[in-house]
Amino acid sequence: MKTIMWISAFITCGLIIGIIVYVFAKGIPFISWDLLSTSPTYIPPHIGILPDIMNTIYIVIASLVVMVPLGAGAAIYLEEYATNQKVVAVIEYAAETLSGIPSIIYGLVGMLFFCEFAGLRTSILAGALTLVIMNLPSIMRTTQESLKTVPQSYREGAFALGAGKWRVIRTVVLPGCVDGIITGCVLATGRILGESAALLFTAGFAHTLNSFFEGLMSPGATLTVALYVYAKEQGEFGAAFAIAAILMILTLGINSLAMWLERHFRKMREQGYPQEKTKE
Amino acid sequence: MNAEDKQKSDTIISTKDLNVWYDDFQALIDVTMDIPEKSITALIGPSGCGKSTFLRTLNRMNDLIESAKTTGSVLYRDQDIFHSSMEVSELRRHIGMVFQKPNPFPMSVYDNVAYGPRTHGTKSRAKLDDIVERSLRGAAIWDEVRDKLRQNALGLSGGQQQRLCIARALAVQPDVLLMDEPTSALDPISTTKIEELILQLKENYTIIIVTHNMQQALRISDGTAFFLLGDLVEYGSTDIIFSTPSDKRTEDYITGRFG
Repeated sequence: MKTIMWISAFITCGLIIGIIVYVFAKGIPFISWDLLSTSPTYIPPHIGILPDIMNTIYIVIASLVVMVPLGAGAAIYLEEYATNQKVVAVIEYAAETLSGIPSIIYGLVGMLFFCEFAGLRTSILAGALTLVIMNLPSIMRTTQESLKTVPQSYREGAFALGAGKWRVIRTVVLPGCVDGIITGCVLATGRILGESAALLFTAGFAHTLNSFFEGLMSPGATLTVALYVYAKEQGEFGAAFAIAAILMILTLGINSLAMWLERHFRKMREQGYPQEKTKE
Repeated sequence: MNAEDKQKSDTIISTKDLNVWYDDFQALIDVTMDIPEKSITALIGPSGCGKSTFLRTLNRMNDLIESAKTTGSVLYRDQDIFHSSMEVSELRRHIGMVFQKPNPFPMSVYDNVAYGPRTHGTKSRAKLDDIVERSLRGAAIWDEVRDKLRQNALGLSGGQQQRLCIARALAVQPDVLLMDEPTSALDPISTTKIEELILQLKENYTIIIVTHNMQQALRISDGTAFFLLGDLVEYGSTDIIFSTPSDKRTEDYITGRFG
């Protein structure tokens, strides 16, 4: 029996390491400064993924900017203000369910709603908003969980001094759950980096280099979508593997960042909240 | 001034037919009680008798509990605390609270004490410095923390944390201090310090303290109220309650026959 377990473990680890090694081996030789820093051209045929990198950054920024206030706000409302526990339970259940839906369905809905109905056409913004809907439940849940870790006695202590609800939340509750919000953001960034199905529908395939606001309104491929395009439609496997390797490095970086942040905030929590501003 | 008028002017908090329900459970039944100014009033009784509920009603901390419903009146200096003109934040500034478990915020000692004054709009550094020192002195903890004002309050010992919480409550210059078993989480030495502090505070504040410790009630309080199953069974001078209680149930409780 032990042998079978050992073999299972060996195969699992072997597969993971195998994929990593394979992708790196195929991709890293193609990564060059030229690839990273230029736009693609047809004449002469040339591949550069700078627009895809920029599109990815734009979509991450746009998504987070919309997602964090919405998700954290919803979580604060549910935890600190909502009084009807039944409604809270329904919302939480809906959020759980939403986070289990395949992303291609979000893509379809996003295409019909944001691109067609809201008139955004195929654009980075439409893609970002679709990703917002996809990731809202999870950022809301992580924030909620971290709000729950702030001891009730802190709230009581502040209320007993005459502090109003908003002051209690701002000074005592939020500093205790910033770590949850930021960890949620980092994890969401990781998921955005890896998302392709929803973006195929909504953000399009263009490899044009745009500025941020121009980019938002234009179609554009993120790294994952570019990977799909290069591999599936142009047969440029070198470029595809290069992108794959970059994505894997990024994911690794994001995960390490999440872990580091968690440790950092735990330490900060032990040392106390930052000081309030005082006039001299 | 006749005796009755004197009694009336000395009363700082007065409840009449106070009832509190948590959903269907009635935690307080028709409690009518006058609490004199600048004295220590002990609330005693077995767990679940309503003494903490009574305490938390006086500064409307029970508002935080969704299921709580209150009828009857509570007058603080002849003002109805449930009246719509009563700002709950003002009420809590006048009627401070110290909790069973020390609950300093995870901030510096200074910021803990300054939290209340900042809440009520004091921004000037000099004023805050002054308030912080005065409050910490008032809570007999200044000498222990004067060099640690910038350190996290969570690093203090349990007894120091509780005195810090008292200092934090004093910082908004309250009139009344509600104390919900303030020493039950502390060791005997810290308990003694807090009791000495409470006796000093009596000079300037009205103190209402919930305690499970009969000796504590006897040692520090002027008046004692005995609660049982939501009823105020007996209320009077501590000497009398502990020597010649008029109710059999009071006697049974303080002699340790149940509790």
